[in-house]
Amino acid sequence: MEGTVKSKIMDEDALRRALTRIAHEIVEKNKGTENVVLIGIRRRGVPLAERLRHQIAEFEGTSLPLGILDITLYRDDLSTIDVQPVVHETDVPFSVQGKNVVLVDDVLFTGRTARAALDATMDLGRPKRIQLAVLVDRGHRELPIRADYVGKNVPTSRREIISVCVKEVDGEDEVLLLEMPHEI
Amino acid sequence: MRMFKDLLGLEGLSPDEIRHILQTAKPMKDVLLRPVKKLPTLRGKAVYTLFYEASTRTKTSFEMAAKVLGADAVNIGVSQSSVNKGESLLDTAKTLQAMQTDLIIIRHSSSGAAGFLARHLEAGVINAGDGQHEHPTQALLDIFTMREKLGDLNGKKVIIVGDVLHSRVARSNVWGLTKLGAEVVLVGPPTLLPPEMSALGVKLSYDLDRELPGADVVMALRLQLERQQAGLFPSLREYSRSYGLDRARLRATGKDTLILHPGPMNRGVEIASDLADGPQGMVEEQVTNGVAVRMAVIYLLMGGTTNVVA
Repeated sequence: MEGTVKSKIMDEDALRRALTRIAHEIVEKNKGTENVVLIGIRRRGVPLAERLRHQIAEFEGTSLPLGILDITLYRDDLSTIDVQPVVHETDVPFSVQGKNVVLVDDVLFTGRTARAALDATMDLGRPKRIQLAVLVDRGHRELPIRADYVGKNVPTSRREIISVCVKEVDGEDEVLLLEMPHEI
Repeated sequence: MRMFKDLLGLEGLSPDEIRHILQTAKPMKDVLLRPVKKLPTLRGKAVYTLFYEASTRTKTSFEMAAKVLGADAVNIGVSQSSVNKGESLLDTAKTLQAMQTDLIIIRHSSSGAAGFLARHLEAGVINAGDGQHEHPTQALLDIFTMREKLGDLNGKKVIIVGDVLHSRVARSNVWGLTKLGAEVVLVGPPTLLPPEMSALGVKLSYDLDRELPGADVVMALRLQLERQQAGLFPSLREYSRSYGLDRARLRATGKDTLILHPGPMNRGVEIASDLADGPQGMVEEQVTNGVAVRMAVIYLLMGGTTNVVA
């Protein structure tokens, strides 16, 4: 990604602690793990959801169902971009009917991805409730959407980008703040 | 990845472009198989089907694909339209374009009809079969079905048997399959097997039984019964004896060979019911995959702005 690194917002330890806290909050808020399912939003929401599942399994002893959501077909900007984005597979191998669904993503920004994920989830069935977990909330919302679980709130300008790196995709765990030459 | 506004044939696509379409068809198939078969993706887009030749499955398949993606699909019944009053193909198409259609899906008896429209229209054009030229989405769904069952097609032996001479399905499959590395053998009686097809890097043969050993896929083409009147083969019985597929004959392949047929089938002529309805028969699978592949094509073309005539 172009742009210069301004600062490291989270290192490996900070990222792990944030996920541990979110894992505990999910169990606390849902009063246990019954009926709770995790759905990671492609791409980096998926490894984050896997880690949450792993952590919850360690202290609760149950492994939550885990699904993968690709929101490409639900984007609201398809008619304004020139080349159609690549569609990947959605893999939610369980029914969401009546479940407490926790959507997991890396960054919450405009809220448009979360909006698309809500629609995509509801086309799979009628969950009892949907919650949203994000590693970083950077502000600048364009829709009335908020997260239920936030790893870190980071106030940003429009010229900045939050880059979440996870071992499974990028080789290391860290969150960087990048400065771009123009507003995004 | 080049982005096109039209899909006219597989001849002009690269192997990677073909794979990209097939890859995109996978998540489309998942959507098709779930209880809520509806996406907001192409909300507000209009897709017109303009079929100058009879068709049920292809036309319905395109309409279904457009509707699942959220587009509005409008069908122009040529027999009840101004075409009967002598309107030209281009005038009809321009009329549709003036109604702000985004995509026109055309089937026509003249080879090159789809390409002709693509050159003259701003709207995207999908060739749903033009004369004896190409029928790209049929070949894509055939290849999708083969890849789903066999994985990579590189080195796989595919026999296409029947009326190769008149078949746009065979031509599109030859282009697509050879680009993906498959070994293609075209089989049929001499009157229905044009020798110039060997220029496309495929083997031609008049003897089905000699080619069967080792075949991973056998695709039977529909025998157009009116060809018999034209004297291109002696009788249906004789055709069936030499080129008809049945379970006993297919044992010669020595494998669980996949049996494909583009439909509609002449049961007992080019394909026996025991084979068509058995576990190796892919006919219904092909129909389902057809909608998925057409969803992928419609989705990908809607982003295209380049007018490339393949």
